[in-house]
Amino acid sequence: MTTPLIEFVDVKKRFGDTRVMEGVNLSIYRGQITAVIGKSGSGKSVLLKHIIGLEQQDSGKLFYDGKDMAGMDRSARRKFKKRVSYMFQDNALFDAMTVFENIALPIVEKSALSRGEVRQRVITRMEQLELFGIEDKYPAQLSGGMRKRVAFARALITDPEVVLFDEPTTGLDPVRKQSVHDMIKAYQAQFGFTAVVVSHEIPDIFDIAQRVAMLDEGKIILQDNTREFLKTRLDTVINFIEGKEEISG
Amino acid sequence: MGLVEGTGRTCLFMAMGIVHIFTLPWQVFKVVEHTWFIGMKSMGVIILTGIFTGMVLGLQGYYTLVKFGSEGMLGSAVALTLIRELGPVLTAIMVTARAGSSMAAELGVMRISQQIDALETMDIDPVRFLFSPRIAAAVISFPLLTALFDVLGIFGGYITGSMMLGINPGIYVYRVTESVVMADVTGGFVKSLVFSLVVTTVCCSRGFFTHLQVGGGYGAKGVSASTTSAVVTSSVLILFFDYLITWLLL
Repeated sequence: MTTPLIEFVDVKKRFGDTRVMEGVNLSIYRGQITAVIGKSGSGKSVLLKHIIGLEQQDSGKLFYDGKDMAGMDRSARRKFKKRVSYMFQDNALFDAMTVFENIALPIVEKSALSRGEVRQRVITRMEQLELFGIEDKYPAQLSGGMRKRVAFARALITDPEVVLFDEPTTGLDPVRKQSVHDMIKAYQAQFGFTAVVVSHEIPDIFDIAQRVAMLDEGKIILQDNTREFLKTRLDTVINFIEGKEEISG
Repeated sequence: MGLVEGTGRTCLFMAMGIVHIFTLPWQVFKVVEHTWFIGMKSMGVIILTGIFTGMVLGLQGYYTLVKFGSEGMLGSAVALTLIRELGPVLTAIMVTARAGSSMAAELGVMRISQQIDALETMDIDPVRFLFSPRIAAAVISFPLLTALFDVLGIFGGYITGSMMLGINPGIYVYRVTESVVMADVTGGFVKSLVFSLVVTTVCCSRGFFTHLQVGGGYGAKGVSASTTSAVVTSSVLILFFDYLITWLLL
């Protein structure tokens, strides 16, 4: 098996008395869509935030391309952040900025591109994501699905190697959910980025993910390619997939 | 413990904000944009409060001075009170109410809706991006607004003293120019500069750290509490620093 692009080794995290991650071991491979599933509140978003650096682990190690992320200096961390984009659950679009300004922000602030080049790049990305004629609108003037696509365009504007999706279909109707999943699948195929999708959209997520990991009680209890994952005999996983409450004792 | 932690956090926030004003690339357009918001858009309220404060000072001063037959000193009393004390203090309090509350609320909403987290994920320093242009704009705006307040206040004193109560206009103007020395003007501007740092730091940090409020700072209630706290703390600190600077300058 090849070296994982991102690897969690025995990562632990707690907030006060609440243990969120209790020795997470997870491998994410280059060029794949990895879905992280689990019950609400199981720490999936916290796991994702560790990758981008919004949260720091209490113990354990995180590797990117074989290198320990804790050992990265300032410039290495900057380079890493340029390669990774994060799509928030609620999009986190800047409500005081237009759609164009939102999408352009990462390259306006972090690149030396001219205004013309920025404009060209934003327009190209908007066209690729079928966002026509809305560049001067504000996020509040858009539908939920449209906002999601704007957030996606912003995440892709820097041509990232890795895109992290934090429950990208939350609050969408079934048609929109399917369309977001299709969008992730299609653009991942088109741009070739590595995607990590935190989701509890079962079974829809299995259609787009090449690899699935399940987080339960602070640990990854199963991770494998989707086909093998679905063959599991682990009760916790089966019950979760089938939407059944586990009866203890 | 919470107070010490909060004060330390706010001081570090201010230091980082000031340092990032001078880091390249310059954020000139953002500074201009915030100067428009803090300075230009506060002019209306400064014009009104400046004139009425001067008029009240003229009225009160006249009826106090006339008892001693010194109503001719009204120009001195109004000008010195405004330039040394009321100008910088009332300007800062008015800007806190108008722009400071808005900054706290805006950053608070950005915090709870993860917009500040989004900046971090894009490797954009949120302190540099959100706070530094505001602090630079405040440092530019506060002294100018204070000067405007002082001039309009002196004019307000002239309206009541000379135009309504009959003090010789020449004497009023003469007393103003004769009694005010450069040290008074400099002292007033020193105060306004300190107030600009205090108000912007307190208001922006309250919004920026909404999520770290004691008792939880999420949702509309968290933003509302941050805004209230920003205005109250700024107002109290303005009076505290006013006393401190006056004590140091005298």
